Amino acid sequence: MNFLALTTSTADWSAAAGVTLFYLFAALSVVSALSVAVSKNIVRAAVGLLMSLLGVAGLYFLLHAEFLAAVQLVVYAGGTLILIVFGIMLTSKSPFSHYEPKTREVVIAIGVGMVLLAAIVGAILSGPFAVVGVETEGYPITQLGQALLGDYLVPFELASVLLLAVMIGAAYLAKSRRRES
Amino acid sequence: MEIYLHHYLIVAAALFVCGLCTILVKRNAIGILLGVELILNAANVNLVAFNHFSHGGTLAAPRLDGQIFALFVIVLAAAEAAVALAIFLNFYNNFSTIDVERANNLKG
Repeated sequence: MNFLALTTSTADWSAAAGVTLFYLFAALSVVSALSVAVSKNIVRAAVGLLMSLLGVAGLYFLLHAEFLAAVQLVVYAGGTLILIVFGIMLTSKSPFSHYEPKTREVVIAIGVGMVLLAAIVGAILSGPFAVVGVETEGYPITQLGQALLGDYLVPFELASVLLLAVMIGAAYLAKSRRRES
Repeated sequence: MEIYLHHYLIVAAALFVCGLCTILVKRNAIGILLGVELILNAANVNLVAFNHFSHGGTLAAPRLDGQIFALFVIVLAAAEAAVALAIFLNFYNNFSTIDVERANNLKG
């Protein structure tokens, strides 16, 4: 292939761009996740979760899971998070309601978090995980569809039944108290 | 310089620890729900990264079990958020707060 010599320089460039984008998305998701943990205002925490979800969607793009990234943006950032924001609006008397944690709880949480992070990172770095990704030829969306309606047909149908049950159950739970009072 | 599998795993570990700290620190019930979502996202990043770095199958037709697991996790997270918010609304209607410290009616 005379293509190959031509594409190596662009391959170098795209690899550098991939590394840069990885660090960008990783920093976005981790910093936003930290802001979820530390922010006092629950609305700010929700916005931090939105940013974190966007960063994770970018990571999915870099991992060649484009369909999953789209689902993440549509279902998570567009659906679940809007639901949570509605929950915040319905359950806070004032938009600035604070629930201050006790200092002891914060100290315990930071201690547990540091120890756990050190343990997990140590385990990852000592494990056999320094492997390079396998580039696939194009995006195998047909593989995804065939797996979903082939090997995973039963869980797929069960998920639809579960969603129906959740819809009925959530409507019942949210409504029953109001009728009584 | 190249991105290996353990880069993604470390990002997922950081997300997981942030989610756990959120659950431990927040007293607002919805804050705890945000922490649970962060932890589920960390698990998803792990699943998709492992699927990308060591999938079975051929180059033209890779197996995508990790991505399908992640899809199911997203569906279950949406369902869980809906039910949890309905429970929180009920709790708010009863107690006029969603401070989890106040949910101690069954405490012995």
